[in-house]
Amino acid sequence: MTIRIEKRLAERRSLLVIVPLVSLVVAHLAIAILLVATGHAPVTTFRKLFDAAYFADGALTTTLVSATPLAFTGLAAAVAFRMRLFNIGGEGQLYFGAIGSAGVAIALGGQSTVVVIAAMIAAGAALGAAWGAIPGLLRAFLHTNEIITSLMLNYVAALVINYLIFDSQSYWRDDSATGQLFPQGKPLPESATWPTLGLGPIDVPFGFVVALVVAVVAWLLYSRTRFGFEAQVIGDSPRAARYAGMRTRRKILAIMCLSGAIAGIGGASQNGDFRHVLDPRGLQQAGYGYAGIVVAALARYNPFAVVLVAFLLGGLQNAGYALQGADFPSGLVGVMQGLVLFAMLGGELLVRYRIRFSRPGQGTKVAQA
Amino acid sequence: MNSSLGVVIVASAVAYGTPLLFAALGELLAERSGVLNLGVEGMMLVGAVMGFLCVQHVGGNQAISLVTAVLVAMAAGAASAAILAFLVITLRANQIVTGLALTIFAGAAGLSSYIGNDFSLPDDPARFSFGPANLFGLEDLPVVGPIVFGQNVLVYLSWLCVIAVGLYLSRTRPGLEVRAVGESPSTADAMGISVTRYRYVHTLAGGAFAGLGGACFSLALTPQWVDGLTAGAGWIAIALVIFAFWRADLCLVGAYVFGGLSALPLTLQARGVTIAPQVFQALPYVMTIVVLVLVSTAGAKRRLGAPASLGEPYVREER
Repeated sequence: MTIRIEKRLAERRSLLVIVPLVSLVVAHLAIAILLVATGHAPVTTFRKLFDAAYFADGALTTTLVSATPLAFTGLAAAVAFRMRLFNIGGEGQLYFGAIGSAGVAIALGGQSTVVVIAAMIAAGAALGAAWGAIPGLLRAFLHTNEIITSLMLNYVAALVINYLIFDSQSYWRDDSATGQLFPQGKPLPESATWPTLGLGPIDVPFGFVVALVVAVVAWLLYSRTRFGFEAQVIGDSPRAARYAGMRTRRKILAIMCLSGAIAGIGGASQNGDFRHVLDPRGLQQAGYGYAGIVVAALARYNPFAVVLVAFLLGGLQNAGYALQGADFPSGLVGVMQGLVLFAMLGGELLVRYRIRFSRPGQGTKVAQA
Repeated sequence: MNSSLGVVIVASAVAYGTPLLFAALGELLAERSGVLNLGVEGMMLVGAVMGFLCVQHVGGNQAISLVTAVLVAMAAGAASAAILAFLVITLRANQIVTGLALTIFAGAAGLSSYIGNDFSLPDDPARFSFGPANLFGLEDLPVVGPIVFGQNVLVYLSWLCVIAVGLYLSRTRPGLEVRAVGESPSTADAMGISVTRYRYVHTLAGGAFAGLGGACFSLALTPQWVDGLTAGAGWIAIALVIFAFWRADLCLVGAYVFGGLSALPLTLQARGVTIAPQVFQALPYVMTIVVLVLVSTAGAKRRLGAPASLGEPYVREER
């Protein structure tokens, strides 16, 4: 028997729903096997996990807090990947957004909340865009592969943020007596705390609302504007774009800046919604930038799907934090996220191709007939 | 004399460069076949934790235990790479996303942490580890003693691997064929070379090297297990392959330069010199970017550049 993989000529829309669902089931089966093999009860573990993620009192509120940064980094990746610009630098761009927004929040402490929040978003977007512009410029003008440069810049950004808090007397570092002994960021002023919107029992963080707005803007950009259309053409067929006289370099730079800006706002939202201090360790442990790329891929770069996937993965991450320690296998959440991703990435093949099983010889018979 | 600052720095550059070197050699093999594996960090961590698990539980005497640990670490690395290989080669998934997924799956908050905690490895001191080998009894020679003869066995193994990989890629038929696969899979396919088989074999070999690199941490450098033990070495290894223009011999040089830069702050601190460690730590990344910019100019690209098909799945009917 031979197995052939053939391209589907027509896309079947139903598969776009069925394949992800089957992938989820397969991933959960694989996790159950791992749990049994290592002597944990799968059903109890899953129940704990989903309770902590979605069903327990207040779980949805904390899940939204975990989902917000993933939505931003996911949108940042989706906007760039849609143009086949593989910006892996969401992580570093988010750090810079956090640096910028913390800086203005400290500087504008006495102003009203509206002013401070607007300034935080603007500063976060600006520094994120600036950090994204580096690989953008290198790619646009020197043809340097943006995958590796943006990846390397993540580490440089991590070192910059560490330096600001741990190894210098910077503006961001807490200069009180405890801050000198145990290096940490300056606490941000009251006015820099972002509000939450009550929605029944759920508190929606303001950052999540901003992410939704960004998702709408990203969707409009790609589906309703000439700019977005041209960006897609450049991504899909650089030659066709050049013959049509599209300005490739500018667009590469613009999209990289936009992607960086979105990730940067994610950094601002981390400060405003959640951390209220520039927290290098917390940001680095979370790894939102990398997770965001995966969120974007799972959402097939559709901005609205990004927000939904971010919500689902945010739930898992939130459960991971909530259940840490107490007889819950550590590392399970990462394993789970990984397996879900593997199953989805593998399932993607079934959307684009079909698999045919045939006995040897059968093919020739058909040809003769 | 042997404890003078220069000697200590070079000796620790070699020691800290070795895991980078192993991982980079592995990534080199995978990339030469056209597979960009961004899961190196994850594979190293799985290798490190499995190696340490073995040392703690397998074999009564030191030699058997350590040899088994190294082999198991390599097998674990290869097994992690097999997931990626199946997804990107057979199922044609996006290599970048799959590589990141592998790092999330296996990495500091994933499988390696799960295994480490399930066997409560972080609490145990290592039963055995690789110490200085004192090759030919020459460790006490001035200057070269600690640098060349006082390293652990894994360092000497890495030198053999550099020679083997270098000769393999430049002087053997399969080595030349894998380069053909990486440069132009359709041409290689037309020559009768199995693109799929070559990519699988080299991605798995890359995983084994990454696992071995991880084992350098848990069996030699810091003989213990903590979550995220490799602390970003896998990403530096990916940078290193570019820095070395996809050549095995330059991987050795680059690994020691990068290893030295990551060891330097510790060494200087012990001597009471205080310079912000981030300055040295950032250099490998910045240098890699500079090198990448240099090789991406048109002329250099032809002579030194990345394998042309790097990152692209090969589908025969879609040439």
